[in-house]
Amino acid sequence: MTGLPLSGPGIPAPRLTPFLAFRDFAGVAKRNLLRAIRTPQLLLYTLEPVMLLVVFRYIFGGAIKSPGGDYTSFVVPAIFLITVLIGSMTSAVGIADDLKSGMIDRFRSLPMARSAVLTGRSLTDLVRNVISLAVMTGLGVAVGFRFHNGAGPILAGMLLILAFGYSFSWMNTAIGISAKDPESAQNAAAGPAFLLMFASNAIVPAATLPGWLQGFARNQPLSVTVSAVRALFEGGAAAQDAWVSLAWSAGITAIFFLTSYALYQKAAAK
Amino acid sequence: MTDAMIEARDIAKRFGKTQALSGVSFDVGKGTVLGLLGPNGAGKTTMIRVLTTLLRPDAGQARVAGFDVAADGQKVRSVIGLAGQYAAVDELLTGRENLELVGLWYHLPKREYRRRAQEMLELLSLTDAGDRQVKTYSGGMRRRLDIGASLVANPPVLFLDEPTTGLDPRTRSDLWRFIRDLVTGGTTVLLTTQYMDEAEHLANRIVVIDKGTQIAGGTADELKTQTGGATLEARVAEPRDLERAAALLASVAGTQPRSDPGARLLSIPAGEGTGLLLDAGRRLQDAGIPLDDLGIRRPTLDEVFLSLTGATSSGCTGSTETEKAK
Repeated sequence: MTGLPLSGPGIPAPRLTPFLAFRDFAGVAKRNLLRAIRTPQLLLYTLEPVMLLVVFRYIFGGAIKSPGGDYTSFVVPAIFLITVLIGSMTSAVGIADDLKSGMIDRFRSLPMARSAVLTGRSLTDLVRNVISLAVMTGLGVAVGFRFHNGAGPILAGMLLILAFGYSFSWMNTAIGISAKDPESAQNAAAGPAFLLMFASNAIVPAATLPGWLQGFARNQPLSVTVSAVRALFEGGAAAQDAWVSLAWSAGITAIFFLTSYALYQKAAAK
Repeated sequence: MTDAMIEARDIAKRFGKTQALSGVSFDVGKGTVLGLLGPNGAGKTTMIRVLTTLLRPDAGQARVAGFDVAADGQKVRSVIGLAGQYAAVDELLTGRENLELVGLWYHLPKREYRRRAQEMLELLSLTDAGDRQVKTYSGGMRRRLDIGASLVANPPVLFLDEPTTGLDPRTRSDLWRFIRDLVTGGTTVLLTTQYMDEAEHLANRIVVIDKGTQIAGGTADELKTQTGGATLEARVAEPRDLERAAALLASVAGTQPRSDPGARLLSIPAGEGTGLLLDAGRRLQDAGIPLDDLGIRRPTLDEVFLSLTGATSSGCTGSTETEKAK
């Protein structure tokens, strides 16, 4: 068999530079964002945190006692985290959709960076989360939430929230690849999110939970991050929780990044 | 073949207990079309997936434009276009957005992919629909867009997996013309199909596979000759003449003709043809047997296909000539 190296008409030299790879990521993110703004169901993901904010601030807020007494400053940072947690669930639905519809085959037959499909998706979530976090911050202030700290710690808190959301994008990517279709992906992703939201110190102080649940509720990633963020927004000792939160986010990202790629190789080569 | 753009050697692939491909080999010369023909489940799509680097074969070697599909996947992907059976275009994006993004992922400069996207929309008569979301498109429009996406970067090698399955005849012949134009322009095409007429219209060479095994190969004419050459057919006007005509034909040809009383049709292998046709015509006329039809018919590719794959194979939807011939 004689191979003849041809450079085809209209095709640039087939070398994948870091610049081109980044362009591929950005293309995937652009595509996903275009899809997101045209999917009415995904808009619900954006509205859900708004409803939670209203419900907890005005309905349950009166009934729940929080340390320090001000429930608004207690619950709003938690709503921020729930916002990015819910936002990261779009990864599960999105990747399951792409696998089912045959889009993945098209992607994989193109000379784009092979990592672009998954990495581009996590970048999409990051962009979405930055936007929803900005919106939720505005709304939080509108319902009476106030920052009591300098710009540095506030920014650090926001970054912790985004890192947390980013790590869960990767977990949900793995869930989405394992799922058979977008619907079951959504259901599968809802489980862990629900557990983290409610078995935590996010909405009620951990001390009010049953004893057997407290160990988990105090140390799971969402709780630790909420504690760090509250301290960063309010002024207080945040360092330890912040480092533990970062460790959680880094660990979850690393584990599910690798899991997602392994699952993706298997699923895509069927 | 030194100018082969696609070379496949002994490609084998197994999925669990199913041997999807067992040792398929072929070459596709530059600027030619190879039709990969077979019933559903024959392994056509698996073969395409191997050649487009989507699937790693268990055994065998393949090169596209000289690049090894296993070792040089990235390079292979930069010189191919793939249009699938299930139009993989993004429903929520517009036609233009689909084309432009694919151009970006082929690493064309922005100005270039925008120009090419516009060109493809015009070429495939999608200009008016270009800025509408694909979910509003008809099946034929989606298929055209899918093919357009595979052509944005003008790749020298094109893989078309059942490009016209489920399309109406008009759209189908439009696509055929389009594909022929591409080939005239130098593009090499590997096409899978289960339509015989499609293979006959488009393909220079045909490889027939069934259950993962290569069972025949050659031009359409070679395949027809392999499966028994021409047939003489005589249709008598009156059913009562059938037996007399059969006896006459038997004495001319030396073998008993096959008889289909329902259609008042007699058929007999004709070998080289014309001599037998003239003899038979004269004898039938002398005997005063009125005829509706008398002629030499070459086998349709449908018949070739059926005789190669066995009549039980499903999924060979071809022309109605098969029915007529039976």
